[in-house]
Amino acid sequence: MKKFLCYLMILLLPLLAFSHYPAHAESKELLGAGATFPFPLYSKMFDTYYQAYKVKINYQAIGSGGGIQQLISKTVDFGGTDAFMNAREMQKAEVPILHIPTCLGAVVVTYNLPKKLTLKFTPDVIAAIFLGKIIRWDDPRIAAINPEIKLPAISIVVVHRSDGSGTTFIFSDYLTKVSKDWAFKVGADKSLNWPVGLGAKGNPGVAGLINQTPGAIGYVELIYTMQNNMPAGIIKNKAGNFIEPNIKSTSAAANIDMPDDTRVSLTDTDAADGYPISGFTWLIFYKEQNYGGRSKEQAEALMKLMWWVIHEGQQIAEQLKYSALPAAAVKKAETILQSVVYNNSPLLKK
Amino acid sequence: MYNTGQSAVKKTGFQLLPPAETVFRGFLYGAAVCMILLLVGIFLTLLVYSFPSIREFGLRFLYGKTWDPVTEEFGTLPILIGTIITSFLSLAISIPFSLSLSIYLGEYSTKGTVASLLQGAIELLAGIPSIIYGFWGLFILVPIVRSIETALGVPPLGVGIFASSLVLSIMIIPYSASLGREVIRLVPDELKEAAYSLGATRFEVIRKIILPYVISGITAGNLLSLGRAIGETMAVTMVIGNANFIPTSIFAPANTMASVIANEFTEATGTLYVSSLIETGLLLFIVTMIINMVGKQIIKKMSVQV
Repeated sequence: MKKFLCYLMILLLPLLAFSHYPAHAESKELLGAGATFPFPLYSKMFDTYYQAYKVKINYQAIGSGGGIQQLISKTVDFGGTDAFMNAREMQKAEVPILHIPTCLGAVVVTYNLPKKLTLKFTPDVIAAIFLGKIIRWDDPRIAAINPEIKLPAISIVVVHRSDGSGTTFIFSDYLTKVSKDWAFKVGADKSLNWPVGLGAKGNPGVAGLINQTPGAIGYVELIYTMQNNMPAGIIKNKAGNFIEPNIKSTSAAANIDMPDDTRVSLTDTDAADGYPISGFTWLIFYKEQNYGGRSKEQAEALMKLMWWVIHEGQQIAEQLKYSALPAAAVKKAETILQSVVYNNSPLLKK
Repeated sequence: MYNTGQSAVKKTGFQLLPPAETVFRGFLYGAAVCMILLLVGIFLTLLVYSFPSIREFGLRFLYGKTWDPVTEEFGTLPILIGTIITSFLSLAISIPFSLSLSIYLGEYSTKGTVASLLQGAIELLAGIPSIIYGFWGLFILVPIVRSIETALGVPPLGVGIFASSLVLSIMIIPYSASLGREVIRLVPDELKEAAYSLGATRFEVIRKIILPYVISGITAGNLLSLGRAIGETMAVTMVIGNANFIPTSIFAPANTMASVIANEFTEATGTLYVSSLIETGLLLFIVTMIINMVGKQIIKKMSVQV
């Protein structure tokens, strides 16, 4: 009997802990869902924010598509997405949805060659490799841009993502812009009809397969190559400069004349020192915050969080090797946040 | 006989017994009906949701070779072939091992430390999550397959049908081995003893008495394993190469229906795309059903012969 009581106590303890919890946290809990790419950054940001302001933020990394769906069905306070909502998706929401960029990501071309070589690539060569038109590493087209390197005489094995992903979207969006052939034969989406190659699941799957297949080439997120010490191809950008992918060159890609709603694809950027396969990741939310019975406090809490994310939060981005927003993008995001209203009156002061 | 007993009980005045009996029987019926309703429900759901795709592609969905989310053109022939080849190849690889295991555990070593150790190992293998098999396959098995391919002179990709069939066979062995052991233990001792008394050796008893007696049970076990192999997702997707082409050899990369659904469903947008993925699920459902029905016929034929 004593033992039973003891168990009962243990079982009831958590209930006790939770019993005074909802009253305390009701208006101070925000719910978000979406992109997986910035998830490590968001968890760190939201944790830091919770330590400072005691506002709990629950972000579910269910994928960009899911984030958009959840926001449209109004089950979350905000969504996260790696690809900005297209016109059709915006229409589905019926009321205006706003995007603010939170950080930048880059997609890196990585490979497995006998020696640790840093290769240069032009857009044409990347497209030709992923279209299956260049099939050997010692192809003259690769040799022409890497004259100082002796390329191994082995076959190229293309590795791509098998699961639908924002990484594939950014990569194929880039190739669609730089290669007519690619645009005609493949196009841009989260999943593609790949002309050649092996598919692997997730960044770890692609990296794993590349690491163990001699002659393999594929694409992964920049953070992934930095954490795993993988080679990263240097890519020629629109201005004609060969750019090494890193946090700085990714941020630099956003130094362009961008539209006021920040819904812009940064691939093949005009910025002279920008890495060409970069992209924003966004948080999305409604312009009119009074919907579905949300309180004004809830809306204000959300706006404070967003403001914090594009200002103080940016320091965390650099720590975690995400590329922080350049000043111009922060400025645009500020204006967007100031346009958010509750019952038609602005939530943030100018 | 059973019924008269029941009515006798009724007459002697145990008023509680018949209702309990009824309740119990009702519960059993209920469970059975629920099972059927669930199956029909899943089938109907798949059918309804795949309607946009069925209307758009019709039979082309079955023989089309292109799976292109960008242009929204979906045909499942390559992944249908990939599914069937990988699952049957894995079954072929697994049968010698699962049959030996079930004979050993069912006949040679039914008790003792070795038997319980082996039994424990088999149960443990069955309990390992498939993603673990996938990762193990990708990092350990695939390099081995690659060196085999290099020795054979085929393109050394490592991943492909062969690697995934190997992983699948390891995954399904526990099922067919456990079921096989159970049916072998059910062989009546009288039969075996009769054979031994006539001077049969152990091998002869196994070959002439036990195997004919259990063949339908073993087939049923393998059929269950085949079902698992067809529907397996995570482990396969890690090692098959996920290439939507009709495979040219057993070392070629391919794709399976379950793997395509798992890979693309989360980020699929657009009615036709989602609907096509659901129709792939429907197709998987039907393929499994056909294989099961054919299997049942085979078992029936075998049982008659015994």
